[in-house]
Amino acid sequence: MSKTLVIQPVTRIEGHARITITLDDAGEVERARVNVIELRGFERFCIGRPVEDMPRITPRICGVCPWSHHLASAKACDAVFGATPPLTGRLLRELCNSVAYMEEHILHFYFLAAPDFLLGPDADPAIRNVIGVLQAAPDIATRVVRVRHMCATMLEILSGKAIHPQAAVPGGFSKPLSTEDRDRLRPMADEALELAQFTIAFAKEHVFPKYLETVKTLGVINTGFLGTVGDDGSLQLYDGKLRLMRPDGTFDEFAYDRYADYIAEHVEPWSYLKFPYAKQWGGFSMDLAAPQGIYRTNTLARINVCERIPTPLAQAELEEFRASFGRPAQLTLLYHWARLIELLHNAENVVRLLAHPEISGTDTRVKVTPRAARGVGCVEAPRGTLIHDYTTDADGLITSANLIVGTTHNSAPINMSVTQAAKGLIHGGRYDQGILNTVEMSIRAYDPCLSCATHALNGRFAVRLDIVDATGQVIDTLTN
Amino acid sequence: MARLAEEWFAICAGCEVTILDIGEPLIDLLKQVTIVHMPVLMDHKLYGQTGEGTELEIPEADIGIITGGIRNEEHRKIAREMRKKCKTLIAMGTCACSGGVPALANLYTTEQLCDQVYRDGVTTVAGATPTEEVPALTDRVYAVSEEVPVDLQLPGCPTTPETVAAALTALLKGESYAPMAKSVCDECPAVREKKAVSTLKRRLEAPAFTPGRPLSEMRCLMEQGFLCLGPATRGGCGGSQGTPRCIRAYMTCEGCFGPISERANPMVDMMGALSSIGLDPKQIPDRAATFNRFAGAGGRLRPLPGRK
Repeated sequence: MSKTLVIQPVTRIEGHARITITLDDAGEVERARVNVIELRGFERFCIGRPVEDMPRITPRICGVCPWSHHLASAKACDAVFGATPPLTGRLLRELCNSVAYMEEHILHFYFLAAPDFLLGPDADPAIRNVIGVLQAAPDIATRVVRVRHMCATMLEILSGKAIHPQAAVPGGFSKPLSTEDRDRLRPMADEALELAQFTIAFAKEHVFPKYLETVKTLGVINTGFLGTVGDDGSLQLYDGKLRLMRPDGTFDEFAYDRYADYIAEHVEPWSYLKFPYAKQWGGFSMDLAAPQGIYRTNTLARINVCERIPTPLAQAELEEFRASFGRPAQLTLLYHWARLIELLHNAENVVRLLAHPEISGTDTRVKVTPRAARGVGCVEAPRGTLIHDYTTDADGLITSANLIVGTTHNSAPINMSVTQAAKGLIHGGRYDQGILNTVEMSIRAYDPCLSCATHALNGRFAVRLDIVDATGQVIDTLTN
Repeated sequence: MARLAEEWFAICAGCEVTILDIGEPLIDLLKQVTIVHMPVLMDHKLYGQTGEGTELEIPEADIGIITGGIRNEEHRKIAREMRKKCKTLIAMGTCACSGGVPALANLYTTEQLCDQVYRDGVTTVAGATPTEEVPALTDRVYAVSEEVPVDLQLPGCPTTPETVAAALTALLKGESYAPMAKSVCDECPAVREKKAVSTLKRRLEAPAFTPGRPLSEMRCLMEQGFLCLGPATRGGCGGSQGTPRCIRAYMTCEGCFGPISERANPMVDMMGALSSIGLDPKQIPDRAATFNRFAGAGGRLRPLPGRK
């Protein structure tokens, strides 16, 4: 008898989704879908608003990465007004971006991912959470709570408001950084860099080696990648050009205001989330055997498309990563590893920017004048390439807005990974909460706000699972 | 041990991050509660852990928290279930209290919203509005209190870590808690002389201030001609520092703590505040959406005939 399983909500992610799995008469997975069940419609209700208010309105899209929206929006406004922020204004924006990245990458790895590393993907759901982690590793947890909170404090010092900030304005940044405040921030940056170094060393010793076997199988798909690079091909998060890499490693590069020449969005009747794809690659298909137009964004994508990372400690980590996994690395769960390399890069970048002689300048913004224009702003949000595209009338009121946000790019890849995971894990109608949570893990890998429940820190799973992959082969790595 | 349940509707998760921003005191707070349901941190599912349930199920709790306004039919159902299972129900954040930014959508019909998202836009390949396996959208965004009675409203976009910590601490001790009743202006250190020194200006240039000098030496931003929603907005955003958050960045208040009281009309309050210092509200573009940017639920914002 065929049967439908509804996993709702997908938990320890930011936002609302459910997984619908349809089993056929033999209990095999016929179909798996991630239904995103939320729609707020920012693209509609931004129309008519004064464009200078967009950097204040659009952060409300996401309270986990409000800085990304804030900065993409401010850059789109710069373009609409034809304004170039003064050097100090640009440096302050970039500094806030890197501090926000640190906060978010720490949040993901420790608060959302750690429950599964420490307690196991098949642990009792009642304790498989951050409170369970607090009890299991109180010293690390206390240090992490402290540093993450410190990142929020740094953003407050820089801009007055850590979540849904206001300080990036068309033409620059509203709040100069006093030398006193700069000197308060420096020891905080040093402490955050120490935690970043500790984290990647800890993960390489205690976490990654123990889950590498799962990494090789769970949610694995073959796709292209999108990210931002500088003129020298280096990793860039605040500004640069877009590089769209095919699965074979060849790529196109283009200015971000030409994104619509390369990216289109497909609509499916079963999800409020749209499905972006590379429109020059011959159409759109999520067929696991013959995908078309599929590319991914977020940490792994950026690590794949860049030639190098412009800070020394992170560059050394990139070289080690590439030596192990090649380029482009395709294994979905490597998103976590790439995230920790980026955490280190951003920590180094914060220290670097706070030492910049112009960071405490007082010339932070230029005056702007409304005009009828179109402007595109783009940054790398922690979750992927973030594009804000506004058109205004002569009064500077919005007449149309198009937004493509980081997670949206990964809409099709997430569905494909979940399908791959469900087809590999559920056979003969046999499943339990642990198996279903493992299916959820293939979603969590994609988003810094998502938890990865994939890998056990202690390398043990609570029960023995009879798990078979899509080709029918038994995967014994999920057993004790 | 007190039991806590949390749900989120039309949200951004900023209020959930604010809970984490309590910092080290959070660790002590967590020792006093058992979280029985909270999708962002916990794996409790609504329809059974293996997805075979047919009835929505949330465990009983002493304290319930809802963030976000009601945007679809499922939010409505979950709001009712939360009310049924939670002894004390808190609406946390401006979206839950008065709609917040997502309630700007109330200026348009749901059909107009979906036309834009699924059939307009430079990159969208037009398709039908999704209807399979997704809950239907409501006709507009509702505050939680429009659907079920709420015991405590904690506004703010986001609310402050101090507010959350203080409210939970009070409730855990069996005491009551009330958010600040003063306005943002009451908390603002800028100099006010009850007279504007400029006509109204868009926020396209920097206000006058001396970098490095205290805000108590800066002239009120509205008296400098920049529209500030401080007079019509509930105070408390500055937390323990007092000074309103946006003012610290030399930015005007945008009204994110919502109206001063549930029945207040920000439009009327702002018209009065502007006129009293000699400014002409008619010069403000996009007035209704600006004054009600965070308060669009409860019928304050609605589609106008002829608006495309």
